[in-house]
Amino acid sequence: MSNLIVISQIEIIWQYDFMRHALEAGTIVAIVAGVVGYFVVIRRSSFAAHALSHAGFAGAAGAVLLGLSPIIGLLAFTMGGGLLMAALGKKAEGRDVQVGTVLSFMLGLGVLFISLYKGYATEAYSLLFGEILGISQNSVIITLVAGIVILIALAIIYRPLLFSSLDEDVAEAKGLPVYTIGIIFMLLIAIATSIAVQIVGVLLIFALMVTPAAIAERLARTPAQGITISIAIALLATWSGLILAFYIPYPVSFFITSIVFVLYGATRLFGGRRPAARRNGAG
Amino acid sequence: MMNSERAEVIRAKNLSVRYSDAAIWHGANFTVNKGEFVAILGPNGAGKTTLFRLLLGLMTPTEGSLEIFGEKPRRGNPRIGYVPQRHTIDGELRIEALELVRLGLSGNRFGIGSWSTKRREKERAMDALRSVAAENLAHAPLGVLSGGELQRVFLAEALVSDPEILLLDEPLSNLDIRYETSMVRLIHDVAESRNATVLLIAHNVNPLLSALDSVIYLANGNVAVGSPRDVMTSKSLTDLYGAPIEVLRDSRGRLAVIGAEDSPHHHHAEDTPGHHHHE
Repeated sequence: MSNLIVISQIEIIWQYDFMRHALEAGTIVAIVAGVVGYFVVIRRSSFAAHALSHAGFAGAAGAVLLGLSPIIGLLAFTMGGGLLMAALGKKAEGRDVQVGTVLSFMLGLGVLFISLYKGYATEAYSLLFGEILGISQNSVIITLVAGIVILIALAIIYRPLLFSSLDEDVAEAKGLPVYTIGIIFMLLIAIATSIAVQIVGVLLIFALMVTPAAIAERLARTPAQGITISIAIALLATWSGLILAFYIPYPVSFFITSIVFVLYGATRLFGGRRPAARRNGAG
Repeated sequence: MMNSERAEVIRAKNLSVRYSDAAIWHGANFTVNKGEFVAILGPNGAGKTTLFRLLLGLMTPTEGSLEIFGEKPRRGNPRIGYVPQRHTIDGELRIEALELVRLGLSGNRFGIGSWSTKRREKERAMDALRSVAAENLAHAPLGVLSGGELQRVFLAEALVSDPEILLLDEPLSNLDIRYETSMVRLIHDVAESRNATVLLIAHNVNPLLSALDSVIYLANGNVAVGSPRDVMTSKSLTDLYGAPIEVLRDSRGRLAVIGAEDSPHHHHAEDTPGHHHHE
C-alpha cells in the first residue's frame, strides 16, 4: 500500500534530528512568509523585502565576524534597514531609488565583513543560499517565537494594513496612522526575512516571500483567499523541497525555488486569465 | 440628535492657508448648507484639494477658522465620506470591488474582525454598491474596471459608512466625456436620497450645471462663492483673476471661460492620468 510506504518514509525522515528541525523551521517560515508576502505583494514592496534580506546578509556576516550568532546580526540589520527605508521615503511608491541605494551599501558592507572573516567560506555560502539542513534546536525555537510575534502583530493591524495598502489616501482620511503602519510592517518584513534567510538564504528570499504570494494574488479575489493560497504554496514548496532533497543529493533551496518557479509559470500560463486592460480609459 | 443639527454644515471665516511662499487661500468667507451640491472650481494649484485636506483634518489653516458640523475639523471624522483624486489603480490588482467597499466600513478597525461582523459588513457593502448601480461589479477585480466603474466603486466605498457630507476630488477626471453627466446625475441622486451634502472638485462646470446649488471658485488666492449664475460671469471671474476673463454662454446654457491662464475647460478628452498633481 502506497500510503503505508509514505508513512514509513516519513517515520524514517523524522528519525533524523536535522530533518525534523528543518521541517519544523521550514513550516513556521512558510506560514509566516506566506502571510507577510501577501501584503508585500499588494503593497508592491517586494523590492524592499529583497533589499532587507541583503541588509540581513551584511548583519549576519558582521555577527559571524564578531563571533555572535548570525540571527542577531540578521535581526539588527534588517530592522535597522527597514526603519531607514521607511524614514527615507514616505509614500509606498517611488521608493526604488532609496531602497536600491540602501541595498547596494549593505551588500558592500557584507562583502567587507566576509573578507575580514578568516573562517570558512561555507558561512557566506549558507547565508547567501540558505542552509535549512543545518538548523539547530535553538534556531527552531527562535524561529517559532519570531513567527508567533509576527502573526499576532499582523492579526492586530490586519484591516488597517490592508486598507492603507489598497487605498492609502482614504485610510489616512479615516484617521489611520498610515505612516506608522508602514513602519510597523517594514519591521515585520525585517523579522520575517531574518528567519526566512535560514531556509532559502539571502539571494533566494523571493522564492518564499514573494513568488507564492504573487501566485496567490493572481488567483484570489479576496485577501483571505490570497493569504490562504500563499501559505499553501509556500508550505507545499518547502515540504516537497525538503523531502526531495532527502532522497536526491541536490540543495534544498534548489528544489524550493524550482517548485515555486514551476507553479508561477503555470499560473501565468493557465491560471491568470488577464482580461483586456480596459481601465481608466473609456467609462 | 437631528434637531440640534444646524442647517449650516461648513463655515469658513477669514480662512487663509499659506504654503512656504504663496498664499493659497486668502481671507475666504463662505458657508455650505446641509444638502447642498457645491462645485469647487479653479485652475490647477489654486488650492481646491487643500480645502478637502483642511476639512479632513490633515492640514490646519494658517489664519482664520474653518468649522465642519460646528466643530474644528479632525482626522477620522466618520461623518465625512471622501473620494480622493486617483490617477490609476494597479491594473494587476485582482481583489474584488466588494472587499474595497468593505474597508470603507471597517478598514480603520484593528483586529481581523469576527465572522458575523464580516457577513453584516458584506451586506452593507453590497447595499452601498447597489445605491450607485454597481452591484454587478461587486465581484469584479478592481484592476479591470473602467474609469467610470471605478468611480462608482470609490463612491460606494465612501457611502458605505453613511456619511453626511461627501468630498469628491475630481470624480469626473477619468471619465469619457459622454459619461460625465450621468455620473453627476448619479452623485446628485444618491446624495439627495440620503440628504447628504456634496462638495465636488471639477475642472469643467458644464456637466455639473443641472445639479449645482452653488460654486466655490478659487483663483490667485481669492475666492468667489455663490450660485453658478452669480459666480460664473465675466465680471466676477475678472475680479477673481485680476485679469480680463470672459464667460460665454452657448444656446444650451453651457459655459466657456476664456482668458484664464490655465483654461482647463476643454481639453478633457486628452486628459491622461498623471498629468495633474495634487494641489
